[in-house]
Amino acid sequence: MRHVLSVLGPDAVAVIPPSCLAIIAGPQPLSSLRIPVYQPSLESSAAAASGLRRALDARGKQDTHVVVLAGDGGTYDIGFQCLSSAAERNENILYVCFDNEGYMNTGAQKSSSTPHFARTGSTPAGKLSRKKNLTEVMAAHDIPYAATATAGFLPDLARKVQKAKSMHGLRLITLLVPCLDGWGIPDDQGIALARLAVESGVFPLYEVEDGCRYTLNGPQKTRPVRDYLEVQRRYRGVSDGEIEQLQREVDAGWERLQQRMR
Amino acid sequence: MSHDAGRILLTGNHAVAWSARLARPKVVPVYPITPQTPVLELLTEFHAAGEFDAEILTPESEHSVMAACIPASLAGVRVFTATASQGLMLMHELLHYASGARAPIVMANVNRTIASPWAFWPDQTDSLAQRDTGWIQLYAESAQEALDSVIQAFRVAERVLLPVMVNLDAFYVSHSLEPVRVPSQALVDAYLPPYAPEHFLDPQRGESWGNVVSQDMYYRHRRDIGAAMDCVPAAVADADREWQDRTGRGWGVIERYRCEGADLVIVTMGSMCGTAREAVDRLRDAGQAVGLLKVRLFRPLPADALREALCGVRDVLVLDRNFSPGVGGVLHQELRAALYGIKGAPGVHGYLAGVGGVNVPPEKIVHLAREARAQDAESEPVWA
Repeated sequence: MRHVLSVLGPDAVAVIPPSCLAIIAGPQPLSSLRIPVYQPSLESSAAAASGLRRALDARGKQDTHVVVLAGDGGTYDIGFQCLSSAAERNENILYVCFDNEGYMNTGAQKSSSTPHFARTGSTPAGKLSRKKNLTEVMAAHDIPYAATATAGFLPDLARKVQKAKSMHGLRLITLLVPCLDGWGIPDDQGIALARLAVESGVFPLYEVEDGCRYTLNGPQKTRPVRDYLEVQRRYRGVSDGEIEQLQREVDAGWERLQQRMR
Repeated sequence: MSHDAGRILLTGNHAVAWSARLARPKVVPVYPITPQTPVLELLTEFHAAGEFDAEILTPESEHSVMAACIPASLAGVRVFTATASQGLMLMHELLHYASGARAPIVMANVNRTIASPWAFWPDQTDSLAQRDTGWIQLYAESAQEALDSVIQAFRVAERVLLPVMVNLDAFYVSHSLEPVRVPSQALVDAYLPPYAPEHFLDPQRGESWGNVVSQDMYYRHRRDIGAAMDCVPAAVADADREWQDRTGRGWGVIERYRCEGADLVIVTMGSMCGTAREAVDRLRDAGQAVGLLKVRLFRPLPADALREALCGVRDVLVLDRNFSPGVGGVLHQELRAALYGIKGAPGVHGYLAGVGGVNVPPEKIVHLAREARAQDAESEPVWA
């Protein structure tokens, strides 16, 4: 969050739905972010940001950035309907989804961003379905900019925020942020795991402009998925067959992405 | 007359759109729903013709409409929207959010039955089910009153910092054409200066809204909302008086029609009042001392004014075009509570009349009044 906001600068207003981020922002009417924060209901971030955007425009504040900082539950699930609508209207907002692949603020339950076979509080035997591909779904709205980023590659993240900042319309960054507790990883492994997610091809770094121009920004897929899984307690008890299936899913996803780069 | 742009034939919906235009809101998020849609359509026509300088958003749902209204209002601009029935139901969560945010949004609601089953008829259950959301509620009897009320509503909302819902009955008001005096822009501008709040969301100010608070902060905030609500009857009366000074039209907080010496007073809201006036005239012609009390401001309920108006009256007949299962008529319930324990409290007869849009002609009300005069008030509401 610090890295996103430092690139964005002081002329911005944040919309943060109920989440761990909202706790970090502190009690009203104060804000630890040094920019104003409006907290909407969990499901209405993109709609609230749209209203805020239009009001700032009406006041002649077209240069003030409106940035949504929301989790995956508030984005992939309950907030998705209004996000799709804001994308259809191409509202001039920057939407950053802090994707930790579950409802972590309520103690780690599954969201539609939770990956296949991951154990959560609501999928104790492992999730039976695959992770929704938010970036692709949003790119299919033909928005100016949809990108993936991760805390494991900070210069890439900063560049993407900078690029998004210079554009107009709805811009989305899906930001993979490992949750130490929710994923069951050691305190010092968050950044390393974020890098491993990219290197294994589980979470490729790329950007899509106007829904069609794809660019791969991160490293090639060089590591087996098994390396990524074995350090995370949420994959405890995953069978060899399931690991092979995950590898096939990642390979297929990577191949599909390569085709779109061409 | 220079204060009028003219007298034109308008439906209630189009009168609302005209009043919204004249109030110069800067942000208008809106979603279509029968029977409110003509409000949206006329506003977007005004906008397309360059006559309405507002940001119009058309999100995917009424929920997102209200979600957009709140921070737009908190960013320091005037905000208007309109809805009906299921749309209002879908907004419910955010109606609380709006009053909690002290956002002076004005919304017109066309009162329509709520599903299931699916229906389109006049019924006030939709808005009355929102009575605990912290919204001020006004009920309009006519297109003219709807127009005047929307403009007045901004004055009230921006004074007490609470949102206002202006309700008009489906079809009887929303779609009926009547001659409406549309005030001039200059008159409205003088009555309603630009919205300039003390606090608003802006990077230069750094103030935030909505994040977590302690028990004590929450408690004090709710108490402040209550204190603001307490100021509303006087604020509505002031806004109405000043409007009357400028236009010659005033509607009151409540209105007493032919209540002098009445031993029975009919109490109702919205378009039913027009029918009840007719019934009162017939009863008066027949030598019966019957009057009408129209409740224009329902939330907060102007309990002092109601007590003063009804103390000493033998019988009160409440006509509820709404139904709360397990309770009966909402106005009946509220009125009984307001009159409870006062000296000389009247017998309060509750009739569920017109629920689901069932027609209630004047002769029906005449019959109910005669019935009420002849017997003690039942403790339970009666399906009329």
